[in-house]
Amino acid sequence: MVGIKSYGAYIPVVRLHRDLISSAWGTRSIGGERSVANYDQDSLTMAVEAVLNCVDGEDSEGVGGLFFASTTSPYKEKCCSSIMATVADLSKEIWTSDFGNSLRSGTSAFRSALNAVKSGDRNNVVVTSADCRLGNPRSVDEQTFGDGAAAVLVGDSDVIATIEDAYSVSDDITDVWRTDQDTFVRSWEDRWVLTNGYTKNMKAAISGIMKRQGLTPKDIAKVVLCSPDARSYVGLARGLGFDTKTQVQDPLISTIGNLGAAQSLILLISALEEAKPGDKILLASYGDGSDAFILQVTDAIEGVKEKRSVKDSIGLKMMLSTYPKYLAFRDLVPLPQEFIKLFPSASVMWRTQNWSLRGHGSKCKKCGLVSFPIQRVCFNCQSRDEYEEVRLSDKKGKVYTYSLDSLAGGVEPPTVQTIVESEEGGARLYCLMTDCNPEEVKVGMPVEMTFRRFHREGGFYNYFWKCRPVR
Amino acid sequence: MESIRDKVAIIGMGCCKFGENWDKGPEDMIIEAAYEAYEDAGIEPKDIQAAWLGTVSAHWIGMGGLALAEPLKFQGIPITRVENWCATGHEALRNASFAVACGMYDIAIAVGFEKLKDTGFPGLGVGRGMHPTLEMRRTAPSSFAFVATRYFHKYGLSPEQGKETLAKIAVKNHKNGSMHPKAHFQREITLEQALKAPIIAWPLGLFDCCGNSDGAAVAIITRAELAKKYRDDPIYIKGMGLSQNNMMPHFQPHFDWTGFDVTKNASRQAYEQAGIKDPRKEIDLAVVHDCFTITELIIYEDLGFSPKGKAKEDVDAGTFALDGELPVNTDGGLKCFGHPVGASGLRMSYEIYKQLQGKAGKRQLKNAERGLAHTLGGHPSVSCVMVYGNSTG
Repeated sequence: MVGIKSYGAYIPVVRLHRDLISSAWGTRSIGGERSVANYDQDSLTMAVEAVLNCVDGEDSEGVGGLFFASTTSPYKEKCCSSIMATVADLSKEIWTSDFGNSLRSGTSAFRSALNAVKSGDRNNVVVTSADCRLGNPRSVDEQTFGDGAAAVLVGDSDVIATIEDAYSVSDDITDVWRTDQDTFVRSWEDRWVLTNGYTKNMKAAISGIMKRQGLTPKDIAKVVLCSPDARSYVGLARGLGFDTKTQVQDPLISTIGNLGAAQSLILLISALEEAKPGDKILLASYGDGSDAFILQVTDAIEGVKEKRSVKDSIGLKMMLSTYPKYLAFRDLVPLPQEFIKLFPSASVMWRTQNWSLRGHGSKCKKCGLVSFPIQRVCFNCQSRDEYEEVRLSDKKGKVYTYSLDSLAGGVEPPTVQTIVESEEGGARLYCLMTDCNPEEVKVGMPVEMTFRRFHREGGFYNYFWKCRPVR
Repeated sequence: MESIRDKVAIIGMGCCKFGENWDKGPEDMIIEAAYEAYEDAGIEPKDIQAAWLGTVSAHWIGMGGLALAEPLKFQGIPITRVENWCATGHEALRNASFAVACGMYDIAIAVGFEKLKDTGFPGLGVGRGMHPTLEMRRTAPSSFAFVATRYFHKYGLSPEQGKETLAKIAVKNHKNGSMHPKAHFQREITLEQALKAPIIAWPLGLFDCCGNSDGAAVAIITRAELAKKYRDDPIYIKGMGLSQNNMMPHFQPHFDWTGFDVTKNASRQAYEQAGIKDPRKEIDLAVVHDCFTITELIIYEDLGFSPKGKAKEDVDAGTFALDGELPVNTDGGLKCFGHPVGASGLRMSYEIYKQLQGKAGKRQLKNAERGLAHTLGGHPSVSCVMVYGNSTG
């Protein structure tokens, strides 16, 4: 039976208290905090985090597909799932595909994976969804939206939850949108949007799948409803006959916000983390129609390897001290001119991708020395081309030495510069450290690798690895 | 392998005023230094048979010897442009020395310059172009701050003790520089000023970093046996060492970050040629690459002046002060002259040349007979050590 074999969530550590937004503009705060992609993150890098979390401990050789869904892909024309498959060190013999343009794209990719596995075309398809949407400065959207990513692995064996049925409705309504010219999300009058868009379509899909499966509300252990805000899902669930106190998954608006296309999968993961064998889960997403799913949790849920839970991720946070920093992180305000000298080269990035994207080093077959980047001639014994590639990006390390650099520029100085000694053969990596409090950096501090956006010189995004304190 | 010792002599040197030379172009600085050197050597420009030019700025890369030929109007002689990170000035002199030593030319000139203040950026620039992401945001201060952090950690110095040790080096160099009319910075500083200065790259503060200045310096050389034709007090090259490492320290497995092999290797080569067994006793003064105060601290150890891990004791004892056992950076070093990259190695040699001739003014040491100049460049990845003496044998 086809179902979910593994999952991984990623919520960036940065949080912005909504009171900081409202006090900056003199508006009303909706309360709570929203998650914010760090200055060096985007939907692609957040999805990479979720994918790595999801396939950790799984047979990555057996992954047959990777689907990426987002309304905020860094590229309009270029396959981000191919970048992610490389960064996650997956095989080249996989099917990668990007889904976009809809808040429903996360569940569209999920349903496509289900069908790909069911049909026998592909097995073990990773579905990841991430979003980093922008509300107009001062708008309620700016407060409500959050950034994050989720991933699930869909396969036909050892599943923790079977996918019993999928049901969709389509409905054209210009209620929430961005044209190809827009940076910020637009919407029509909210009462109309809620009534004729969200509520009507969600009801149609949920009623349709319940009827086809012969289910009544009491048969469902947990209802996972996407929700544009902290209230709308309550009326919907009540109208469908669910007990909103016990049966409905918290949409996490007050702690992280509306994650856009990633919302459905992150809430599904939240539900799976609390599920028991035999539980039936109803999942429904919205966006010019609705996708609904019935899942049934299996006994294998008990054996799920310890993972960082959504709840833990929510607890792990660094508060932004000011609202302007958020604007700077999203490149919405021009910062002082930078003097970094860079030489963008797509061909260099391409031919160095085994170390720059896959995070491989070289291990000398003669003397065992591990080096990064990949060295054709061994630093130690000078043997030529006698090496095997070893993955360093999934290994932990320790700070060997560091500096807090105020001259290096960047969105949030000081730049934490480190030399990391990897647990893999003591390889040394020169890394910028991110997601950290500079004052807490110490020699010997344990770190792990994280994939980040570096710059957009040459008109394309340049990504590379950094380190961060072990989470 | 033959030694270079006593084969080449410096018969004239020049050095322009270093600083933020807004009103001077590279050509003005080159002319100022070269004509001082011609006069010092007692020769005419037409006597120059070959020239070496050292400069690293992107502006001059790919332009051969033009930056030298144009201002000095060299007609038809060979000019070679060299670059080797911060050892570039030394590299010009080193290669000119080989040409003179082999007898190909009787008189050659080595010129080094850099014009850093026309870039609009106060520092040396950030990152470099080797790879689009690998070294992004690497700066010179952070690379040397790595040394300070690790040195303090390894030898158990608290940040306060470590920073105070470094501050003493800054105070010493500023005191020496205050006595040099050609230095960029000619003001003494206090320990408190150094300790309270803003942080550039923790743990290094403003006074731990050398300045970014414009400058040019020149040496005119000949074969040793011809030297006395030009002057009574030529200065002889006793040894020249150059070492390049084979992997950037940032990625080099097991790299210790408390010393640089390139300095050790370059000094070993130079000491061997010069016949030096105990550098602390046999060298009378050294002008070294204090791009940062921590660099000077570990140079004491890498050059064999202080035992490993003990440089702090020598700093506390005043060993390297102008009146100390082995004065270092008697002219104020990079700390006071700044670091116009291509000029620095020759500027250091200029100080030793003057000291060994007894012409160093207020900074003059007693009985200085043998001096050492040291440059260190790159991540660091290259070092040059030159040993000079005021007599043969």
